[in-house]
Amino acid sequence: MTQSNSFLGFVHRRRRGAELFLLILALAVGIGAYAAVGLGVDGEVPTNIIGYGGWLALLTITSHVVVRFFAPYADPVLLPVVAALNGLGLAAIYRLDLADGTSFAQKQLVWMSVGVALFIGTLVLLRDHRILQRFTYTCGLAAIVLLLMPMMPLIGVTKNGARIWINLGPVGMQPGEVAKVLLVIAFAGYLVVHRDALALAGRRILFVDLPRGRDLGPILAMWLLSLAILVFQRDLGSSLLFFGIFLTMLYVATERPGWLVVGGSLFAVGALLGWRAFSHVQVRVDAWLDPFDDFYGSGNQIGESLFGMAWGGMLGRGLGQGSPFRIPFAESDFIVGALGEELGLTGLMAVIVLYGLIVERGLRTALVCRDAFGKLVASGLAVVLALQVFVVIGGVTKLIPLTGLTTPFLSYGGSSLVANWVIIALLLRISDQARRPVPDLSADTEASSSSEDTQVVSLR
Amino acid sequence: MNKPIRTLSIFCLLLFLALLGNVTYVQYFKASDYNDAAQFPENRRVVEAAFSRERGAILVGRTPIAESVPSDDKYEFQRQYAEPLMYAHLTGYFSFYNQTGIERTQNGVLSGEDDRLFVSRLVDLVNNASPKGGSVKLTIDEDAQQAAYRGLFENPQLGDNVQGAVVAIEPDTGKILAMVSSPSFDPNELASHDLGAVDKVSKALSDDPERPLENRAIRRDLPPGSVFKLVTAAAAIETGNYDSEALVPGGSSYTLPHTTTSIGNGGRNCGSDKIPLTQAMENSCNTTFLALANELGQDKMRAQAEAFGFNSTALTDLPNQLKSTYPTDLDDAQTAMTGMGQFEVRSTPIQMAMVVAGIVNNGVVMKPYVVDEVNSPDLDVLDKAEPRELSEAVSSDTARELRKMMVNTAERGTAKVARIPGVEVGAKTGTAEGCDACNNYAWFVSYATIDGRSVAVAVMLEKVNLSNSQIAGGALAGPIAKDVMEAVID
Repeated sequence: MTQSNSFLGFVHRRRRGAELFLLILALAVGIGAYAAVGLGVDGEVPTNIIGYGGWLALLTITSHVVVRFFAPYADPVLLPVVAALNGLGLAAIYRLDLADGTSFAQKQLVWMSVGVALFIGTLVLLRDHRILQRFTYTCGLAAIVLLLMPMMPLIGVTKNGARIWINLGPVGMQPGEVAKVLLVIAFAGYLVVHRDALALAGRRILFVDLPRGRDLGPILAMWLLSLAILVFQRDLGSSLLFFGIFLTMLYVATERPGWLVVGGSLFAVGALLGWRAFSHVQVRVDAWLDPFDDFYGSGNQIGESLFGMAWGGMLGRGLGQGSPFRIPFAESDFIVGALGEELGLTGLMAVIVLYGLIVERGLRTALVCRDAFGKLVASGLAVVLALQVFVVIGGVTKLIPLTGLTTPFLSYGGSSLVANWVIIALLLRISDQARRPVPDLSADTEASSSSEDTQVVSLR
Repeated sequence: MNKPIRTLSIFCLLLFLALLGNVTYVQYFKASDYNDAAQFPENRRVVEAAFSRERGAILVGRTPIAESVPSDDKYEFQRQYAEPLMYAHLTGYFSFYNQTGIERTQNGVLSGEDDRLFVSRLVDLVNNASPKGGSVKLTIDEDAQQAAYRGLFENPQLGDNVQGAVVAIEPDTGKILAMVSSPSFDPNELASHDLGAVDKVSKALSDDPERPLENRAIRRDLPPGSVFKLVTAAAAIETGNYDSEALVPGGSSYTLPHTTTSIGNGGRNCGSDKIPLTQAMENSCNTTFLALANELGQDKMRAQAEAFGFNSTALTDLPNQLKSTYPTDLDDAQTAMTGMGQFEVRSTPIQMAMVVAGIVNNGVVMKPYVVDEVNSPDLDVLDKAEPRELSEAVSSDTARELRKMMVNTAERGTAKVARIPGVEVGAKTGTAEGCDACNNYAWFVSYATIDGRSVAVAVMLEKVNLSNSQIAGGALAGPIAKDVMEAVID
């Protein structure tokens, strides 16, 4: 046992102090950006800077303290990165509020509080991620119900052509954002059990191991589900996202690239069919190919976004100095365009790299995680974020056709923010499990001080 | 399961690299295209920033006729025009939607984006000051411009609502000393920050049948009539067969070749058979110039007209100079008609001023220009215009003969109104018929020279509130030309 420990080479350190330091930097970004917006637009620091900064600091520090107590070995980078992005998003929304006379930033701060509360709740209540495996089919069923909810009469709402909203009395929500977390858990639970059956049988055609026909069942079902979302909810982004998650998790579980070939071709077929069959997909593609052809119509958002980013250039106009309000729905879909104008290429690259860090940390967690379920959940959640960021920022910057997805942690939108905070809580929980020393060895190693903690948390 | 996760990491890395590459493309490589209002007129950010910027002044002498003054509304600066009606067609206007005139052709300098202002931009960047535009100094002579303006706008002889233009050129450089077009407009109204009002004014101006936005000096081409006889005479003398005293066909009427149409001289003394060329010029003898044009033929006539600048444009400091035309594919009767500036010969006022300037400048036509100096925001001279030869229209001998005849015309011919005591003045009148139903056009071209200082002037009256019988180049347009010449040489 000692041997295997030395074979592993090192015991992960907790690094909570590093996390605190990074969090203070993140707070400086968030509160500094808020002050800069006030200075840029009105020429003075916003009067509520103390209350706002205090609340933001309270939320961040509380989550740090909770991590310190309930997930001491968790990855130290994730929380600060998320705090920085969330703070930057709040400042960008506040900046648009000042221009448009709206009050999205206040609501977003409330949603952030809810998100942090759920983040804390997840860490406190879920002491071992493997418990989730028991709820595989419950999660799957819940996800499908959530996805179907917008289709129901009375509570379903169509906004901007996509039927992805439900109206629950005073608050509206996008159930798809919550469904994506549940789906990752359900996929992981299903694949852990069935991965051998999926992986072992198959035949080799043209250097590629193709799975058996009967094993294609789940992937075909998923394909049909994502097509159904595309057809009935007109939601390109979500259907792409769900299919992508399933495909990558299938690949991770089975280690069979053949699935990627099959899935990739199915996606291509689906995308082609979607393009041929639906005018709303064609409109998106046309607006992507030449936004300026119909600048005052379908190309307006993307066109204004491109103008804004070009206007920002290398260093940006400075917060409060540009005209990001020219972009329709800048606070939700196009927050990246708004940031690109005022923070410039430099700021936008920083934002993209922050997202890259989250994904990298998530995948690293998956790598070091010791159980298959945890690996699948962590890689699934990391890929969710990677795909979502790629689809949104790629769409806003005219790399790929625009699809309606929110930018994690930056965009205005409660469901998305809350769901993403829970994703981070899950990643922290898994990384805490993955990085903490193996309990049996703790007595023999220098990490003896933590032995009691680890034994308390150790289940079974 | 670690191998697929590693593969996945590479895949995610590629996704993020693609995003980083693409934002670099949009915000760095493609940004200058998107920020070019010419390529993307929809880009309101650029338009608003340009509209709000402190532009450089347009100067006449040391007086700013257009300048940006601080404004306390949505935009930081307001463009103001000091003498709106007098300079409207030179400065043009700077509106939210577009620019005309000098505001357009010198936009780079005025807005500060011109390469010659690179150093000044750099200094502004270092000092964290907002970039300022350079100023542009015009060649305009303030007194001459005022004289021309009074002649068209405050002339009791002509009344109100005159449609016409005056151009004065310095013959040995090509400097435009005066350019006025009537009716005019107020560019202040178009530069207003009240965009709704600008829309209304703009629509009213473009719908106005009198076309106040048109710079008639360079955009209105009309039959030049008798002033074109200078070109015919030039072509004739250039053959070597004639000088100012040479005998040419005169008589009281001329029948166009292969027709029965007969044209007379309106009772002016053109002899009975042969008369000296100078007499034909002094009395504007149609019979002589019809015969000369017929004798020279259309090719020689066209070559001479083109040598003076017809069928091409020369002015680049103002946008959209209209080509003056000498037509092609003429029959003999039509060729003869061109000899007195009729048929399809059409000239802008600036073109006729160039003809006179060429004659005064020993036959060499200089390229006309309006922008004299480009100054940095600190008024350092960045660039000074160099006079450039456009063409050698006639030999200096021919030019001397033509000058002699123009002087005679002013001394004792139809253009006596232009005489200035003690100054060499040459002139030629013209009254052209546009069509049967419409009014006549009055032309007057002249030059004055004393002590090495010269000026060539062309006056064109397209429409005045007088009957056709009262419209004559000498009586109506001559006094205006004389005032402008006096303003220059005094």
